Amino acid sequence: MVTGKWEVKRENIMQTKITNLNMDYRYGFSMPEKAVFKTRKGLDEQVVNEISRIKKEPPWMTKFRLKAYRIFQKKALPGWGGDLSKINFEEIYYYLKPTFSRASSWEELPEEIKKTYDIIGVPQAEKKFLAGVSAQYESEVVYESINKKLRKLGVIFCDMDTALQKYPKIVKQYFGTLIPPHDNKFAALNSAVWSGGSFVYVPQGIKVDLPLQAYFRINAERFGQFERTLIIAEEGSDVHYIEGCTAPIYTTDSLHAAVVEIFVKKNARVRYTTVQNWSTNVYNLVTKRARAESHALMEWIDCNIGSKLTMKYPSVYLYGEGARGEVLSIAFAGRNQLQDAGAKMLHFAPNTSSRIVSKSISKDGGRTSYRGLVQVMPGAKNSSVYVSCDALIIDEKSRSDTYPYMKIKESETEIQHEATVEKLGDEKLFYLMARGLKKVDAEGLLVNGFIEPVAREIPLEYSIELNRLINLEMSGSVG
Amino acid sequence: MLKLQSLSVSINGKQILHKIDFEFAKGKIYAIMGPNGSGKSTLAYTIMGHPTYKLAKNSKIFYNGQEITPLPANERAEKGIFLSYQTPLSLAGVKVNQLLQLALSGKKDPLFIRRQALKIAKQLRINEDLLNRSLNEGASGGERKKMEVLQAAVLDKELMIFDEIDTGVDVDALKSIAAYLRRFQKDKAYIIITHYNRILHYLKPHFVVIMDKGKIVRVGDRQLAKQVEKSGYGEMGS
Repeated sequence: MVTGKWEVKRENIMQTKITNLNMDYRYGFSMPEKAVFKTRKGLDEQVVNEISRIKKEPPWMTKFRLKAYRIFQKKALPGWGGDLSKINFEEIYYYLKPTFSRASSWEELPEEIKKTYDIIGVPQAEKKFLAGVSAQYESEVVYESINKKLRKLGVIFCDMDTALQKYPKIVKQYFGTLIPPHDNKFAALNSAVWSGGSFVYVPQGIKVDLPLQAYFRINAERFGQFERTLIIAEEGSDVHYIEGCTAPIYTTDSLHAAVVEIFVKKNARVRYTTVQNWSTNVYNLVTKRARAESHALMEWIDCNIGSKLTMKYPSVYLYGEGARGEVLSIAFAGRNQLQDAGAKMLHFAPNTSSRIVSKSISKDGGRTSYRGLVQVMPGAKNSSVYVSCDALIIDEKSRSDTYPYMKIKESETEIQHEATVEKLGDEKLFYLMARGLKKVDAEGLLVNGFIEPVAREIPLEYSIELNRLINLEMSGSVG
Repeated sequence: MLKLQSLSVSINGKQILHKIDFEFAKGKIYAIMGPNGSGKSTLAYTIMGHPTYKLAKNSKIFYNGQEITPLPANERAEKGIFLSYQTPLSLAGVKVNQLLQLALSGKKDPLFIRRQALKIAKQLRINEDLLNRSLNEGASGGERKKMEVLQAAVLDKELMIFDEIDTGVDVDALKSIAAYLRRFQKDKAYIIITHYNRILHYLKPHFVVIMDKGKIVRVGDRQLAKQVEKSGYGEMGS
């Protein structure tokens, strides 16, 4: 279905990315803010109504938003994880629209947006490459082009707003059913003000053999991004979705509160890969959940670098017999950063299996926490659980904690749990330096070696970028 | 080539080497022998610049006339020194090709390095798979030592120190290692640290240096190694 040309194009992209990473932009770059429309600062019912009105949404969505807003108001902030008290919800613009109409070709894009893409590495990409890329700039997806072949197969890949207009039935059937607004305060907030995000629908038996990719950007001060993603993989289908993020540096705090819901039907497989590098002022509070039916496979691959605070625990609800769930994650915390990440696996049916592999690195006083919940319900016989969390601590100032929760209500369950904490060893450093490697290169090599079991699951161009990000973080040139 | 001047070394306050003065010359192979704890490995690590080994104030190391005493290990490697480990570490997720490419970045073409590594792996009878796996993870003693020699060969330094390259190695591995070492070139120098003279049956050193209690107690030719084999280190100090 996909030609060899695809690979060639990806290499071009890769190269551009590498060049761009050499630039001293410290992962933060921002184009002059030129929003055509934005709501006023702060949030109330009027703003929620306004967002829904501008988007010309059906009444049920407006109601959904308003209900969610009321829940958001009532819900308390989570009492665990990181410090969220500094988030000032009144100082945030909840909706921003950069251009009125969506561009359908590269040439049509405004110069500024093109420039931003160039820096992230969605450069003068040929249309062929862009087919398959849904790119998000500020709160609205402005550039999107769908591979015609995908369309022929009946695969829908578009932004969430478009989906609501064009496929209201499917959206209404699934939207907010796996992560209802009352799930947590940030899910409620997202439900009230969501904008953008991706919608993916893969019909029965269809295997999409190129990854669907979306690039996200936050590019406005005090502007939170609340994208909403919904993926439905029908029986026997197979799809890989990738999101990659970099964000500009700003002095005031930025909020990213996304919701991702995934439905993996019988015998289907969904892989969701995230490589995120938010700038260090961003609160990254994301609720990600998948529901796996019988013999379905859900794989979350989650790499978190950057942000001020990340709280993210991708989960899989294993509802069908024989369903499998995996979460492979990498977290890197530098100075003033807390990565509170982990996974949740809920076994509801017999013969289900879950696997969690977490690799975290803390440096320069950064903190990583693994927080995981595995729950095996009564009757989920013959289930197996594997949890492995490894922490690498680079220096004395840094810290790592592990909070593994296991609630096993079924005795016929096989459970394996492994946890290691290691320090970057002087002997290993010396060994590499004696071969001629500079100290920073040696450290980078060891850290990349540490995350390799997860990194090898990421597509090449992303893992190369990740590799370079880690090297740069290790060299201390990123603040 | 490498000159040690009044080299006294201690670890955690305990003195291991005592005022060693010695010069290693280009084009020569040295065998350093001595009983356990005589300071052989300490000498090797000190030459390479291991930060745990503290040098006394007047101790100096010169390489090709330049003082290298304050230099970190990577700069010594840059100047042309290589150390093969007695017990090579295993590095999770680090492939030998990655290591070599970083060590030679900007000096040699990555493709050339890859080919070179492959060629030498064949000569040393290293399974090609090992090049693309985590370095030394789950590897036998012999495989680890061969991997050290492979790195030595690709990095191709001027002064190469092999710390007990013959320990924990079966006969076949020893033969392939020795076969490589025998291709010694005149513009280099080898320091072979060994307990027994097992490897010296395959490789003829120009000098045999005997260490005991942190000092060099005797220097001689190959006959000295034979003497050690026969009657041990007992009378060497006298």
